[in-house]
Amino acid sequence: MSISGFLSQLLAIVMALFLAPLLMGWVNQWRCWLQNRSGPGVLQPYRMLHKLFHKESVVAEHASSLFRMAPYIVFGCMVLACAIIPTLSTDLPLSPAADAIALVGLFAVARVFISLAAMDIGTAFGTLGARREMLIGFLAEPALLSVLFTASLISNSTALTSIVEYLAHKEFAIYPSLAFAGIAFTMVSFAENARVPVDNPATHLELTMIHEALILEYSGRHLALIEWASALKLFAYSCMGLALFFPWGIAEAEAPLALIFAIPALVFKLAIGGFLLALIETLSAKMRIFRVPEFLASAFLLAVIGMLVHFLLGA
Amino acid sequence: MNALISQLINLFASVILILAFAMLSQRRIVNLIHLYTWQGLAVVGSTVVVAYVTHQHHLFYSAALTFLLKVILIPYFLHRLINRLNVRWDIETLFNIPTLMIIGIILVVFAFNVALPIAKFSDTVAHGTLGIALACILLSFLMMITRAKAVPQVIGFLAMENALFLAATSATYGMPMVVELGIALDVLVGILILGVFMFQIREQFDSLDIRHLEKLKED
Amino acid sequence: MLNWLSIDVVLLVITIWLGIGVAGVIALRQFGFVARVLFPLGGMCCLALAWAALQMIGSTPETAVLPLGLPQLPFHLRLDSLAAFFLLVIGAVGAGISIFAAGYFRKGAGTPPGLLCLEYHVFLASMVLVILADDAYAFMVAWETMALSSFFLVTANHKLPEVQEAGFLYLLIAHVGAIGILLCFGVLQANSGDYTFANMRIQSLSPFWASTAFILALFGFGAKAGMLPLHVWLPEAHPAAPSPVSALMSGIMLKTAIYGLLRISFDLLHVNVWWWGGLLLALGLATALFGVVFATVQTDMKRLLAYSSIENIGLLLAGIGLALIFHAYNMSALTALALTAVLYHVVSHAFFKSLLFLGTGAVLHATGERNLGRLGGLIRYMPWVAWLMLIGVFASSGLPPFSGFVSEWLLLQSFLFTPGLPDSFLNMFIPIVAAVIALVAALAGYAMVKFFGVIFLGQPREEKLKEAHDAGLWEKIGMLWLAAWCIALGLFPNFLIRLIDSVTVSLVGAGLGRHTTESSWLFLAPSSIERASFAPLLFLLGVTIGCLVAFALVRILYHGRLRRTPPWDCGHPWQTARMQDTAEGFGQPIRQIFEPFFRMKRHLPTPMDRNPSYKVEVGDHFWHWLYLPIARLIEFLAGLVGRLQQGRISIYLLYSFLTLLFMLFLVQR
Repeated sequence: MSISGFLSQLLAIVMALFLAPLLMGWVNQWRCWLQNRSGPGVLQPYRMLHKLFHKESVVAEHASSLFRMAPYIVFGCMVLACAIIPTLSTDLPLSPAADAIALVGLFAVARVFISLAAMDIGTAFGTLGARREMLIGFLAEPALLSVLFTASLISNSTALTSIVEYLAHKEFAIYPSLAFAGIAFTMVSFAENARVPVDNPATHLELTMIHEALILEYSGRHLALIEWASALKLFAYSCMGLALFFPWGIAEAEAPLALIFAIPALVFKLAIGGFLLALIETLSAKMRIFRVPEFLASAFLLAVIGMLVHFLLGA
Repeated sequence: MNALISQLINLFASVILILAFAMLSQRRIVNLIHLYTWQGLAVVGSTVVVAYVTHQHHLFYSAALTFLLKVILIPYFLHRLINRLNVRWDIETLFNIPTLMIIGIILVVFAFNVALPIAKFSDTVAHGTLGIALACILLSFLMMITRAKAVPQVIGFLAMENALFLAATSATYGMPMVVELGIALDVLVGILILGVFMFQIREQFDSLDIRHLEKLKED
Repeated sequence: MLNWLSIDVVLLVITIWLGIGVAGVIALRQFGFVARVLFPLGGMCCLALAWAALQMIGSTPETAVLPLGLPQLPFHLRLDSLAAFFLLVIGAVGAGISIFAAGYFRKGAGTPPGLLCLEYHVFLASMVLVILADDAYAFMVAWETMALSSFFLVTANHKLPEVQEAGFLYLLIAHVGAIGILLCFGVLQANSGDYTFANMRIQSLSPFWASTAFILALFGFGAKAGMLPLHVWLPEAHPAAPSPVSALMSGIMLKTAIYGLLRISFDLLHVNVWWWGGLLLALGLATALFGVVFATVQTDMKRLLAYSSIENIGLLLAGIGLALIFHAYNMSALTALALTAVLYHVVSHAFFKSLLFLGTGAVLHATGERNLGRLGGLIRYMPWVAWLMLIGVFASSGLPPFSGFVSEWLLLQSFLFTPGLPDSFLNMFIPIVAAVIALVAALAGYAMVKFFGVIFLGQPREEKLKEAHDAGLWEKIGMLWLAAWCIALGLFPNFLIRLIDSVTVSLVGAGLGRHTTESSWLFLAPSSIERASFAPLLFLLGVTIGCLVAFALVRILYHGRLRRTPPWDCGHPWQTARMQDTAEGFGQPIRQIFEPFFRMKRHLPTPMDRNPSYKVEVGDHFWHWLYLPIARLIEFLAGLVGRLQQGRISIYLLYSFLTLLFMLFLVQR
């Protein structure tokens, strides 16, 4: 492991940890503006995390240790996810630890843990949330995998760094199959990050919530970790989308100077992405829960068509 | 640069395919018309690119004609039609969309494989898109089969015409101008006649559900 | 050991097992002796078997001829890499199950413990013999012994009518399958009259007869494995059997069918047609999807696991199908990759499914309940079982870094390497298949979350669950052994893959060995690190460090204060355990999405009902559309045959007389 590799890895992790809440705040701010409200400011997530960490944690009396472990594990999973997705540079010593398939597995581990933790208390809402989360997960996961398959068929590799290197640094070409994959990926990211057409991150209306129902029993530092983890998840998904579909500006190995330009490039891309996310969220209405499988099945099938188009056109 | 432009043709073709799938799973009539308009625009785009690459000037004319007809005139007619029929916000109950999409995928695999050997004989820049065009034709057919209301069926028919046009451009750089003019006129007249027809249907049955036409059968 | 060949050790183990069985019969009702001495002894023998097999993998095959059975028809035995690999699985998994069984069997109704001990060890011995057999005769004898001994084990509680039915169904389908295998051997020997496998290897069959043999083998072994339409016995028989036996059947016995299929399609048959692979791929996918969808809607914990076994068998069959496709096009490196995935999954499924079945046994003992709707909250009363089961659940859902993920990863990799097949249809279909496999894996996660969450988490749904006790020492050791392997196989895949390499090299002449030794022991990389890699240990370290640093920082920068209160639940003032999702409720979304898969009968209450009740029955279309018509047809035919029976002696004599005349006529011709 080279020093520059170690540094860029560390930088990627630290930046993810501190930029993720900012991205969340940015999206929420834009949502407020687009909906004609005055927002709380982009720094609000930091304040919220700080407040939650200070509060004492209130835990149900019969909660098992699984319940108390879950936030840490989910947080750890998301940190690792941010570490292996090429955000700034493809020179990541940790990235051979997990390729695209293992990355999907990593998200699945987090999902299973948080669902089990929600079932642990044994309240009606907890199990409801767990069931819905697993419902979304079982459709989103194969769709995400198919998107990644399309990219890996193009670049002949399932390692994320190799995919991004191939897409970013080979001769520029248009890949129609990636157009399908891109749409599918967008749909999956909305579902996975509990955004509006699928779930409303701001709701506490009992019957419509999914992600909020899962974490209903958490408070204090546990809740803070989970909120941070979901910010990291949004960050990871955004970076993955940017790396796959707009890979320009990511530094290659052996080019430490490029890192300096990679940061503003990433921030710029994320700012635009966050705005688009807020725009789509504002323009769309939340679906009924049983429209969600249809929505995700469409994403799944679009990704599959992407693979087929790749075979037809060879690109 | 030339390679990039021919990739652009593929991109347009893929967009047309995506739109065909979107139409297959769209419930709202007004959205269907929007999708149809976009599809027309994509067809125009791909024709222009083919024309630019191959320097076939007549393709520019047919692109302009297509734009006029499929992006402006027909959508305008359709919008007027659904306003007059008062079905603008109608929703059609569709049977299981994922199943429909799976059938669609099987059709796509079939079409791609049928087209592969044909495309090998063709030496046009856009020969790769023949499979996509064929897939779009089949998908539009599927859409017409599964719809029960009259307006979506007509849109399915129009989408099929789009796909045929794409197939013609990709395989042989389009048909002779006379034929194309004739087809354009046919489509336009067809829309008008179908529009009148729909009013007749509704007057007769108080609904645009074409399942009622089954009653016309003599027992 | 004094120059003992591995095969001698294996034979010795079989003899000791049979001896243990006899000792069990002698000490028929001496419960303590049977449970605390004989079963652990059998477990030690399993370890010896595993050790002998481990020595054997990769070296030259050993053969033996046993002068057993009929004159002129001795048992030919042969121990090669493929056989040794499966023996390793039997030994390693069997050891854990035997130790668990030492603490599991209780005094009570049903078969006396000594007899169970006999059946159990004969079952183990027959499975080993199936794998050792090198001629059709020995194979069929061992195969039938396996079926019979497991039938008696399934019907251990033979007083219950549903157990009787399950046993009957199992025996019936096992025998129908055995006929298929027998016919397959008949085709394979190609009229030479010699039924040894050595002879079958040198015969060259025409494509038609080779295909016939393959279809027959697929039918026969498919029936044993629980392939789609022959799966119906599996969800009946596995829940009926005592838990260690379910573990043996699901973890090991199903794998003998996989072994048979591999033996015939890669070793005995030389012709290879691509549509065999295509057929197997399609059947495997259908089986996997069907199994997992049914698993998510089950309400009986052992049935849920049985359906999950069907799913895993489907994945294995799909992997073999892919390997056959590659094999047909002579792509030996890819064949080896797909086979490696299959063999890895054989091992990991054997471990995690046995672990899960043993866990249900412990739950069953502690609570007396198999119905998921009456369990819940057991993690507080049975922490050992719960946490060990959690490992099994993770492995079974294919989550990294546990064993199930490695095989899934390898399988998906082998699908992604496909481009390059000469057939464009196959090229387009195979990535779609990979997508479906991803769907199956994700659904398996759903089923497993339901399984674990409903049994162990939440509040106990019945009052009596609060008295549940944790598993005993023997049971804990058995489960620990299996769980440890689930983790070890997940973290250090390269060690097992090196073993598998010798097997694939002996079967198709290629292996992943070069790449796994080139890349360090840390990384699993089938071709190169740039192409694809997975380092489970780094993965685990990454997550753990993330957790620990977060934990430490929170404690240092903030505080660790905690307050226990009643649950919040959006402020609802009172809650009962009945407000949690039931097993039906948790499976309801899947039931709705995959409605056409099920044959559902719903009973919905009307608003006027005094005592509203809701009932739903989920049935299997195959049972209704395939098995019942066949049963009716057979009943009808049997009725026709029954007309021959008139009850008068003279008519029976007439039959004999006519038969005699007919025979004489034949002889005279």
